Amino acid sequence: MSHLEINTDLTRRILVGFIRSEVYRAGFRRAVINLSGGLDSAVSCFLAAEALGAENVLALRLPYETSSPDSLEDAQKVIDQLGIQSLTFDITPMARPLLERFPEMSRVRKGNILARLRMILLYDQAEAFRGLPIGTSNKTEILLGYTTIFGDSASAINPIGDLYKTQVRQLARALGVPLSIIQKPPSADLWVGQTDEGELGFTYDEVDRLLYLLVDERYTPEECVQAGFDPLFVQRVAERVRRYHFKRIPPLIAKLSQRTVNYDFLYLRDWGT
Amino acid sequence: MQMRLALAQIAPHLGDMQANLEMHLQFIEQARRAGAHLIVFPELSLTGYVLQDLVSWVARRPQAEDGFFRPLFQASRDLDIVFGFVDEDEHHRFYIASGYLSEGKLLHIHHKVYLPTYGLFDEGRFFAPGGRVRAFDTRFGRLGLLICEDFWHVSPPYLLWLDGADLMIFTSASPGRGLSQDSRLASSRWVETVNQSYAGLFTCFIAHCNRVGYEDGLNFWGGSTVFDPNGELIVHAPYHEESLTLATLDLGQLRRTRARLPLLRDERPYLVQRELARLLTRDEERR
Repeated sequence: MSHLEINTDLTRRILVGFIRSEVYRAGFRRAVINLSGGLDSAVSCFLAAEALGAENVLALRLPYETSSPDSLEDAQKVIDQLGIQSLTFDITPMARPLLERFPEMSRVRKGNILARLRMILLYDQAEAFRGLPIGTSNKTEILLGYTTIFGDSASAINPIGDLYKTQVRQLARALGVPLSIIQKPPSADLWVGQTDEGELGFTYDEVDRLLYLLVDERYTPEECVQAGFDPLFVQRVAERVRRYHFKRIPPLIAKLSQRTVNYDFLYLRDWGT
Repeated sequence: MQMRLALAQIAPHLGDMQANLEMHLQFIEQARRAGAHLIVFPELSLTGYVLQDLVSWVARRPQAEDGFFRPLFQASRDLDIVFGFVDEDEHHRFYIASGYLSEGKLLHIHHKVYLPTYGLFDEGRFFAPGGRVRAFDTRFGRLGLLICEDFWHVSPPYLLWLDGADLMIFTSASPGRGLSQDSRLASSRWVETVNQSYAGLFTCFIAHCNRVGYEDGLNFWGGSTVFDPNGELIVHAPYHEESLTLATLDLGQLRRTRARLPLLRDERPYLVQRELARLLTRDEERR
């Protein structure tokens, strides 16, 4: 649908400026990104390299023993093409003691642990590199809550969080992201054979068109059905958006005093800069 | 008469008034050297935009004897200055304000009348709305000041027109939004369309100065413009980039345009008044 099509030059300009402004104002000159080999983190790397200079961007490749070898290779293509710095840590030995402690552990628990281990490495290397951790979550997964809270969702700034997956793909083409990354099926790669669309039960093309109407255009679910979407699909997606809202906001603070953080103690992060 | 107008499309620091004042003085000096008669800074240029709980910290009445404002007042001996700040009245109500300085004196203050409190905006939570729309006399003729949402409503520019403003100065801190295939954001497109329309409808000069930079995730798109009384674009500042953009306004164009197109002469404010009175009475009766 044409409404999801974006002017990639304008998008790039705004996002590159955003990264530069917000990294510098936070007191940093450098950035760290977990580079999975997928589309979103590749786009974040391209934007960060343009904003800060390739030498100021550190990409982390953090494979687990079941990770697809293609992911590592695709990540390497991004590193080589941009000339950014990189480090590779196999997270298997870090994950193993915890996973062995709970042999009955579900796939979801295991996936969450891997995502949070990667977050630990991201923040630790950010400290070591003196860089700011850059996020790689797109608008589709943020709205659907298709993310591990405090795992892949954790970052200091997220340049692509207001772009739907299909829009990230358009931007990727304009930025010159390697085609093998743009064309492969999106996957969190937390277990063998996992794909986003397989797990979610619908395609990004479908859900992005629906989310655009529901969220951006403020359509009611009934109006989405009138616009041609399957009623069950609309209901499922709308419910997902509601149910996972907790992943999008800071933890709730119980209000007691006259002035409480997040309720009536209100400042932007750029306060004073 | 040729008037040299400078649009200072700056990126203020959020809540750091001293840094912003220094930035103002640098841009004023640059404009002075370029021969500008008037320099316009954007909405809340001395304070930054998303102030939230910073409002009461940055509120400050502009006075010539105030140590902070003194250099700004002094700089206005060389050229006139429109600047943005948070005003506070004697009852401690805070306003989004634009001030007009000329020859070391504060000629006029406009308090933002329409405070957007919807979508990403929350101004009504932190500010009191202004209650006046008035034109005022300057060495260039009669001017009017409006701030951002004020000109999203048609009535404030209309009132300034009837009050004799031949040059309307609009200032904004407009967050960019509405990405599409277009090379312009929806917010830029809308503002440029209405500014051009006002210039044509009111056969006057419309100068708009919008800020640039970021505040957290918000981008401010710049793209400041000046339109002449025919609705023709005189100058367009770059999008998303800090700049000092100069425009030459041939004030004689007002006479030529209005000789051809006497919209102001033919406007019927008494008819408007009568019909408004009727509508307001009807609404009163319906309550």
